[in-house]
Amino acid sequence: MSQQALEKSTAGSSFDWQKLFAPLVMVLLYVFFAIFGNNFFSVESLVNILNASYFIGFMALGVTFVIITGGIDLSLGTTMICGMLIGGLALNWGWNIWAALLLGVAVATLIGLLNGVMIAYLKLPPFIVTLGTQMMGMGFGAIITKVTTMRYTDQSFKHVFYKLGNDPSLGFLRAFPVGIVWLLAIFLIAWVVLNRTKFGRYTFAMGSNYEAARLSGIRTKYWLTLVYTLCGFFCGVAGIFYSAVYTTIIPSTGNGLELLAIAGVVIGGTSMSGGTGSLTGTMIGVFTMSILKTGLMSMGLQGQWQTFMTGLVVVGAVLLDQYRISQANRVKKV
Amino acid sequence: MQESIKAAPSGEVLLQMEGIEKVFPGVHALNNCRFELKRGEVHALVGENGAGKSTLMKVLTGIYKRDGGTILYKGQEINLNSPEEAQALGIGIIHQELNLMPHLTVAENIFIGREPMRGPFLDKKKANADARKLLNSLNIDIDPDIACNKLSVAKQQMVEIAKALSYDSELLVMDEPSAALTDNEVQELFLFIRDLKARGHAIIYISHRLDELPQISDRITVMRDGQYVNTVNTCDVTKEQIISMMVGRVIYEQPKTKSEVPADAPTILEVKNLVAQNVKNVSFKLKKGEILGFAGLMGAGRTETMRALFGADPKTSGEVLLDGKPVEIHSPVDAVNLGIGYLSEDRKAFGLAVGLSISENCVMANLDDFTSSGFVKRKKVHAVTKEFVDKLSIKTPSVRQLVKNLSGGNQQKVVVAKWLVKDCGILIFDEPTRGIDVGAKSEIYHLMGDLVKMGKSVIMISSELPELLRMSDRLVVMSEGRVTGELDIAEATQEKIMTLATMAMS
Repeated sequence: MSQQALEKSTAGSSFDWQKLFAPLVMVLLYVFFAIFGNNFFSVESLVNILNASYFIGFMALGVTFVIITGGIDLSLGTTMICGMLIGGLALNWGWNIWAALLLGVAVATLIGLLNGVMIAYLKLPPFIVTLGTQMMGMGFGAIITKVTTMRYTDQSFKHVFYKLGNDPSLGFLRAFPVGIVWLLAIFLIAWVVLNRTKFGRYTFAMGSNYEAARLSGIRTKYWLTLVYTLCGFFCGVAGIFYSAVYTTIIPSTGNGLELLAIAGVVIGGTSMSGGTGSLTGTMIGVFTMSILKTGLMSMGLQGQWQTFMTGLVVVGAVLLDQYRISQANRVKKV
Repeated sequence: MQESIKAAPSGEVLLQMEGIEKVFPGVHALNNCRFELKRGEVHALVGENGAGKSTLMKVLTGIYKRDGGTILYKGQEINLNSPEEAQALGIGIIHQELNLMPHLTVAENIFIGREPMRGPFLDKKKANADARKLLNSLNIDIDPDIACNKLSVAKQQMVEIAKALSYDSELLVMDEPSAALTDNEVQELFLFIRDLKARGHAIIYISHRLDELPQISDRITVMRDGQYVNTVNTCDVTKEQIISMMVGRVIYEQPKTKSEVPADAPTILEVKNLVAQNVKNVSFKLKKGEILGFAGLMGAGRTETMRALFGADPKTSGEVLLDGKPVEIHSPVDAVNLGIGYLSEDRKAFGLAVGLSISENCVMANLDDFTSSGFVKRKKVHAVTKEFVDKLSIKTPSVRQLVKNLSGGNQQKVVVAKWLVKDCGILIFDEPTRGIDVGAKSEIYHLMGDLVKMGKSVIMISSELPELLRMSDRLVVMSEGRVTGELDIAEATQEKIMTLATMAMS
């Protein structure tokens, strides 16, 4: 192959067919379960798949930004729960549902800000910081609610974020998953932010070479803090949908959910070492996990199978990523 | 190259640093330093590692705050607090380590921090067009839309220079820009620098490669131990004079005139028809007690040959004979067990665990000999390490010293000690003196001399011809993955080597 041809084949303009692998796996899984699952190929199952994607999806979108900077956020799940517990407390005080939700999102955003300040300004390692705030958020939510379960029973809010309604006049649209409209809309906004704005560019730059970004005159501390704050905000938004779907928020839960979100990001092909990543991939990763969950259930296999298979897909995704990197290195140095 | 040798330009003074002081806790890093730069001048700044060159440049560009002295730039006193402020005044710095974001494209790197915008969104088209215009004006042929990790080191360097120039920099500081480049690439860089000079840019050029200074610099300022030593016109001094100014003593660097290996020395290693990635049918022999130099341009396949031989990379075909017997080497473990040690060019990345102590590094390849039922025999480890620390005269207060606290030369010696502890008979040195100052270099040369006296055999890959001519008993020259020639040291000259190294075999 001539130098010229090498250059072409690796340039951004040509299409990377390996990028199609993750979506292909998703589609194949769907087809597999459609054939072998019991009653899987139905609108009902599709709605279940979508409903299972919301809160993990929002967390995964947020943490994609963090992972592209080369960092990690382990506090996603408990941050979400902590925010919603405090929102629920506000409901008990007699707050309006919308004000309560806003408070919940604000609390989650604040935890994200705290993460960001500790990581960017105090230069603490993200893994440890967010492990700490994971526990702090979990404990704080339980303390402030005196370990009381919070309930989001307001129907009007569920109609906005979960199912369109139970008005019989709506017919089959009653089960319409409104959440997916929100998820896709916010995904689009996040995509534009990551790929078309300074904030997004600096997110990649910091993950690619933090010191170089700093020496280029970028206010890295500020932008890195913003990335973690944004991630906290996404956890808050995830909380709204979690509340809409599950109604009850139980104190001292939420840990472990962050790993599902991170798994989604990894399945989507974002590298844990920073500098590269894609929100589209993250969405595909999240949907892949939901298809697995719903599909395995339709085959009569329980939760433990879902966990096992998700783990398998994560390892497969990392293997694929590694293969892609080694392929890319082969044609280096123009 | 003669035409560039000329007296210092008589242009006006652009930068004047006088009486610069910088004190770190426990170290007087800069002591009454001075430096002067004229418009349109390439001014080399030389000195051993730790002489204070980089510190002086960091004071100039505002990364460090000075503790005393004055800096006049265009006749005005300046007090910079950050690289951004320096940039705003037209002072750009290209750091020793590449400071690009490898995943970002060339255009994205050049305009990082001041991206062309369309409203709230990035204007990728304009960024690419502007970058193309800039690169074209500098005669750099690179696609602005390609990710930087797809470029060679030399191209990446040019991107960095382009980036610095895009800030309208009048003064450019280049910290060892040629360290990672092949001779061809260095020539390309020099053409580029001369071009910049012709456009009126002034350049401070920091380098360890004294041989290249006559080609590129007008004047040379020498520093030693944080102090200013002298500023001279490049055409007025010899390399030896510069070295003696740098080290405060005279070092003679004479090429070897004839092989020091007895003619009847047995062949210890033979490689036959080795084929691997970028290695095309390579054969060579190594004699006992010999230093076999591997010359060639970067990318000639020398490192790849050694890595394939060592089992670090897969080989397609080929035969390796040790003491005349064929051996199978499928992994570094095999090679080490057969007594072959490989000293990577990138010590920190591959050769050493810098966060561990000298003794821990020394026994790392051979821990089995230092354990009983799983426990490490600490006393034995320390005793053996001590022995090699003395033998190789590694300068350290204790064998428990962390390797990261040692100088580059001493780190290199620790790697050697590691393979000696393992009792390797064949040591492969890949660019053993890269990034090492003159004093430490000569110690490494002595060390290699001592090794062959001990009966070890050495393969040395080097991109510095004087070093090869000084050390080798025999030279193998490679080009484009093939061996293009073999030279006995008695007949080898720089010209002959370069002829073979640039030979196209396709």
